[in-house]
Amino acid sequence: MHPIFASIAIAGPETILTLGSLAALMLGSFTPRHRALAVTSLFAVAIMAVAGFSLLDAPAGRSIAFDGLYVADDFSAFLKLLILAAAAASVLLALPWLQESGPDGVAAGRFEYPVLLLLAALGMAMMVSANDLLTLYVGLELAALPSYVLAAFSRRDDRSAEAGLKYFVLGALASGILLYGVTLIYGFAGSTQLDVIAGLVSVQSERSLGLLFGIVFILAGLAFKVSAVPFHMWTPDVYEGAPTPVAAFFSAAPKAAALGLMARVLLAFPGAVAADWQQIILFIAIASMVLGAVAAVAQSNLKRLLAYSSIANIGFALVGLAPGTAAGISALLFYITVYVAMTLGSFLVVLQLRRPDGATVEAMADLAGLSKTQPRLAAALAIFMFSLAGIPPLLGFWPKFAVFQAAIASGLIGLAIIGFIASVVAAFYYLRLIKIMYFDEPAVPLASEGSPVNGAMIAACALFCSPIGMLALSPLAVATAKAAASLFPA
Amino acid sequence: MPVLSLMILLPVVAALVVATLPGGEQERAGRARVVALATTLVEFAAGIWLWLNFDSASAAFQFAEQLDLFAPYFGWSLGIDGIALMLIMLSVFLMPLCVLASWEAVRKRVPEYMAAFLLMESLMIGTFAARDIFLFYLFFEGGLIPMFLIIGIWGGARRIYASYKFFLYTLLGSVLMLVAMLWMVGVAGSSDIGVLSRQDFPAEAQFWLFLAFFASFAVKMPMWPVHTWLPDAHVEAPTAGSVILAGVLLKLGGYGFVRFSLPMFPDASAQLIWLVFALSMVAVVYTSLVALVQHDMKKLIAYSSVAHMAFVTGGLFALNTQGIEGAMVMMLSHGLVSGALFLCVGVIYDRLHTREIGRYGGLADTMPKYALVLLFFTMASVGLPATSGFVAEFLVLLGLYQTSTWATFVLTTGIILGAGYMLWLYARVAYGKAAGADTGAMPDLSAREIAILAPIILATLWMGIYPKSFQQPMKPAIAAVVARLDGRELATVPTDMTLSPALPALAAPANAAESHH
Repeated sequence: MHPIFASIAIAGPETILTLGSLAALMLGSFTPRHRALAVTSLFAVAIMAVAGFSLLDAPAGRSIAFDGLYVADDFSAFLKLLILAAAAASVLLALPWLQESGPDGVAAGRFEYPVLLLLAALGMAMMVSANDLLTLYVGLELAALPSYVLAAFSRRDDRSAEAGLKYFVLGALASGILLYGVTLIYGFAGSTQLDVIAGLVSVQSERSLGLLFGIVFILAGLAFKVSAVPFHMWTPDVYEGAPTPVAAFFSAAPKAAALGLMARVLLAFPGAVAADWQQIILFIAIASMVLGAVAAVAQSNLKRLLAYSSIANIGFALVGLAPGTAAGISALLFYITVYVAMTLGSFLVVLQLRRPDGATVEAMADLAGLSKTQPRLAAALAIFMFSLAGIPPLLGFWPKFAVFQAAIASGLIGLAIIGFIASVVAAFYYLRLIKIMYFDEPAVPLASEGSPVNGAMIAACALFCSPIGMLALSPLAVATAKAAASLFPA
Repeated sequence: MPVLSLMILLPVVAALVVATLPGGEQERAGRARVVALATTLVEFAAGIWLWLNFDSASAAFQFAEQLDLFAPYFGWSLGIDGIALMLIMLSVFLMPLCVLASWEAVRKRVPEYMAAFLLMESLMIGTFAARDIFLFYLFFEGGLIPMFLIIGIWGGARRIYASYKFFLYTLLGSVLMLVAMLWMVGVAGSSDIGVLSRQDFPAEAQFWLFLAFFASFAVKMPMWPVHTWLPDAHVEAPTAGSVILAGVLLKLGGYGFVRFSLPMFPDASAQLIWLVFALSMVAVVYTSLVALVQHDMKKLIAYSSVAHMAFVTGGLFALNTQGIEGAMVMMLSHGLVSGALFLCVGVIYDRLHTREIGRYGGLADTMPKYALVLLFFTMASVGLPATSGFVAEFLVLLGLYQTSTWATFVLTTGIILGAGYMLWLYARVAYGKAAGADTGAMPDLSAREIAILAPIILATLWMGIYPKSFQQPMKPAIAAVVARLDGRELATVPTDMTLSPALPALAAPANAAESHH
């Protein structure tokens, strides 16, 4: 067999997604307009499911494809499953919103939404399988370009257009910085392939300053993608301006992809350089945790609150990356998994609620007395909030536990103390939402949008984040440990 | 049969049933009350079964269960020794009384209220029964959620402020403990409490570990100066919430000291007794004085709780058998007596809807039965012989005297001050003239209220007259703790009034412990 076919077989999920997205575009164009959105959406979910299933029976171990540009291992398989699940959920959760007239009617019934999501999912899958800085860049851009369009999806809505533009300008800048970092690394290490670089760096007796600069630039670009402090500024504005389903998507799958990418790139720089990038990760982890917690206290808009919450959560996840150990990476993967469920669940509840005038809920004050008007949605949101706050016995406590356990095992006790104190500050604003829902009297009678699919997804996420989800601790620990181990070839 | 697991899971199931009951609001409320009462009574029966089948001669964890359901994070590992047994008994004893006390007082969102209490019960039993340090933490912190909701939804005027303060204060204390736990488990390689209690951590590390645990337990206890959440939480909580707060939640701190701090960090405990004694001495005198000037009955009792808890810390850190035993009896006694005092306040609050002491008066004439009950619990709080309070205070002071006469001296003044504020409270409420026509017209105790208070009176008398029933199961467990502390070098600070030249290393005077009862 020609090597190219072997490579295509190894990159099975990406192949399916590529062909699927092209087919979806055709399908949408040739289906009658009133059915185009529903048909394309279901088709997109089916494609993602097929791609996901193709991962389940992938050969064990590490396979390199396309002359070292692409790697398929347990780590990439784990993250791809998570990304595909989150992207499929993002397609489904947007359906009721897209089918309604929407705030301006422009976005209504647009079948491009699922196609763009398919393309973004393809980009993200490439990102976590990147074994070369150039694959990394291509994957990143492929994921980013549909995201810019999605942010501006309600294009007649000023805020949405502004969000799209803001995201695009800042995103392009971050990509530029990242690309500059890639050139520096190529110049000083002599290769763009990650495992080759790892081999070269580990035998270097002295650390190279040029290499360090390259890492700093790459980290700056990636920190933008995961919205870690100090490259987080776009997040609250884009979340607030973008349509709610799009914000839900932004908060979940791209974060998982970029964090996975960050782990893979950084682990290609072992030895003396490792101590340097660990300092940087320590800084952005602490800064994200603290800023995410403190800045959210003053927010009154739900989506901005969730944006700061995601900044803080990224900080916690990065704590798992700081030690650079297998236990840390395993904890990081565990953190992302639970975080995706918590944040998607929170956005789903927000999306499910409707003001009397039919608009989606934006202000936190709108949720007043929700426990009386919509007791089930309020209970679900309360579970997500307590879980995000990391209060045991809810599942959200355990990822924090795992990342700090890994940090303490590597002697980073100060980091653990700062992180836990930041989580207490963060608990304050999660509690504020609970207080508004449970302690205050109803102000605006909110209706439930009533989509059974979204309702089922909320129930599934809530069940997962509730104490019952602790039954998943053991299987998840096995899966994340296996995935993390594949980044550390013996 | 996994009794402990069933005792933990039954209230959770009942809470789910209660929260999802069908029917109209009145129907749901009625059914919720019945289901909650039935569940708590079954739990009480299970508690008695535990006590009857408990081997009082053994220090081992009994009714042990082990299930590696949550590997590698922690194990579902349960078991109780005498200390845990007694505290579980206290919880399951108070719980049906709380449900009864809320029978008519709580009218809004009754099913949710009962569900929160049932969850609370499950988490409390779990905290005492956990044999895995992380399982303990899970139950320990989990209790914050139902209590936050109980204070915030059914509390008084400043309930929101109080609920936040309660939640964030206790959470902040606990996260430092979690960091310490993670470090300890990393070093010891096991999260089993039994294994950790036998582990000898380096003395330098013990110091920091002790302080981290201290941050959590001192807030829960609560010790001066981190006690300020307690009066706020008590004042704003509904009556039954106050009972649970005073009766059981305040015991978590003391339980934590005796289960973790003393056996796991014996060197640090012996070295840091000056810290605990200093805080306890300040607490007793300061909070007693503060209690004297309160206008709000619940606040007064809340401050008296802080003073009583200082007796517990004083007794525990006497580091000998009498002191620790006294501290344990003090916890049980305080759980009964202050719980009952909050119930007494609840009785008249239900009638007049104010806790201002000045609005009452002359209750001895208009409500003679009530006045009698209140008098009994006032005396028990003061520590009158034949009530449980006397046994507790006597044992604590006896133990403490061997370690620090200064601390004993200051703590004893607390008894005098305690008599002062409690008797003055009683005089203002029960004697004199009714402050208004409405005060004079209050009906006396109803049959339901007598049914709530009578069991506590009996238990208080039982503990006061024959404390052996309660001490016997705890003796082996306490002996094990004291054995861990044996021979540790005490802090070389002047803790002795007589200023004896050489401070002896700690020796357990086990025979002395037997002589007084």
